[in-house]
Amino acid sequence: MAETLSRSQNPRERLAFVLVWGAAAVVTATFCWLLGDILWHGLSRLSWTFLTAPPESAGRRGGIGPILVSTFLILGVCLAVSLPIGVGTAILLAEFTSDQGLFGRMTRRSLDVLAGVPSIVFGLFGNAFFCKMLGLGFSILSGGLTLACMVLPILIRSTEEGFRAVPANYRISAAALGLSRTTTLVHLLLPAAVPGLLVGLVLGVGRAIAETAALIFTSGYVDRMPESLLDSGRALSIHIFDLSMNVSGGDANAYGSALVLVVLLLLINGAASWLATYGLHRKIATI
Amino acid sequence: MTPLKPLAEPCPQYLPNDEPACRKPHPFVDVDRLSLHYGAKLAFQDVTLSISKGCITALVGPSGCGKTSFLTCLNRLTDLIPTCLVSGRIMIDKLDILAPQTDVIRLRRRIGMIFQKPNPFPLSIRRNLEFPLREHGVRDRTQLGSAIETSLRDVGLWDEVKDRLDSPALALSGGQQQRLCIARSLALAPEMLLMDEPCSALDPISGGIVEDLIVRLRGRYTIVIVTHNLAQARRIADHAALFWVHNEAGRLIETGPAKQIFEEPHDPLTAAYVSGMRG
Repeated sequence: MAETLSRSQNPRERLAFVLVWGAAAVVTATFCWLLGDILWHGLSRLSWTFLTAPPESAGRRGGIGPILVSTFLILGVCLAVSLPIGVGTAILLAEFTSDQGLFGRMTRRSLDVLAGVPSIVFGLFGNAFFCKMLGLGFSILSGGLTLACMVLPILIRSTEEGFRAVPANYRISAAALGLSRTTTLVHLLLPAAVPGLLVGLVLGVGRAIAETAALIFTSGYVDRMPESLLDSGRALSIHIFDLSMNVSGGDANAYGSALVLVVLLLLINGAASWLATYGLHRKIATI
Repeated sequence: MTPLKPLAEPCPQYLPNDEPACRKPHPFVDVDRLSLHYGAKLAFQDVTLSISKGCITALVGPSGCGKTSFLTCLNRLTDLIPTCLVSGRIMIDKLDILAPQTDVIRLRRRIGMIFQKPNPFPLSIRRNLEFPLREHGVRDRTQLGSAIETSLRDVGLWDEVKDRLDSPALALSGGQQQRLCIARSLALAPEMLLMDEPCSALDPISGGIVEDLIVRLRGRYTIVIVTHNLAQARRIADHAALFWVHNEAGRLIETGPAKQIFEEPHDPLTAAYVSGMRG
């Protein structure tokens, strides 16, 4: 019975069935192949020493300790700047501007264009603005700020969607109870918009942690352990790029670093979705 | 926001009510030539109506005749819709509520509203009741606790939920959620309750429980209820007002004691509607 239901005798239905499943299979297979390749070549490199030791001989030997630290610092700067600005702008767009208003429309359009700008353009902008004009030089701070500019459009738009997805009756019933707009926002809308915020965060962090082009021009190449945010620091993605393109015999460590990057991404993804479904949700529902 | 006084003293509605409910009606709300536009569209026009203190006033009529829109004027929920324009005058307890200087937050605290679909917040049962109270300046734990218990007892929900006050409100059944929403409004000690088809999204048994509850609240609160259920209006209302659509805009056709509207209506349209011939 199930057989006859799922595989229709109609040839057009069959074709559609094959196309849809085929498309899904291609996507999954590509991901598996990529992951398999990285695992195959990189797994042997992975060890505690690899994660903590400094690179030697331009990265051919040794580990990625300082590079991991730089990566986290850049990501930290990026999030510390983009989260408050992103959530603030999303609130303004979703709650205080109308869909048809000129201001809202212009801001949304600008953000959508910015979200599509190639990262190398952000890199050049960051280099001109943060490194040169503000005099921050090649530094973790410059890199983090540049990434923040890059991540903001995605973060704002998906947080805004999060706010828009909150049922209108929360706002109406809160107003009917005589709650002020600020209270409604902080205690009802913000918690309800958290899933949207997390989606934006995952997409944004994913883009930021894997960014190479924008960082080459801003946070630089130096693979020493950074001593302050004004030091230059090499991000993981740049390390991979450098090892595989500029350093002969660096492939093994490049694979190891790529594996670390992929695992990091998966961890961030998993943590965010866990937070969205269990942690925060349960907390909000029973405060 | 300035903390509001009434809750510092025993709430008047929790005191025994000597006056039998709605025996000698005296007006609490006076609506004078009220009209409402959504943008260019006229929702209803020239509604003049008096609502008596402590009575249940039912607004009946076919869909789209402006009953719900009329209801939202009374607590100025219309402010939330940018294109909405209200003209005319509404006096509630001698206060001109459409005046720009009216403190809307305070007004909405005095006038509770219950919606068609139960709409508890995605918080625990306790927080649903506590959160609005805290916002209106009640901070004392014992006071909060007793307000929560009293309002839950008022709606007959206390025995059902007293052991799980900290579980999510959205896990309750539809009827329980609706009673929780009523309790949430009652906790703020309002003087008037606006109900927009409060039973129509519930199953018949839950609807019946909510209806009995509304009847029990008669006398303590001035209740205005929109209902499509004529039998319900006939059962519970002291006064009734029939809205009708004329030239694509709602109008008030007839108003008066429920007995008169349902048994000896003056207007032929009312007669046809309440007998089930039209509408």
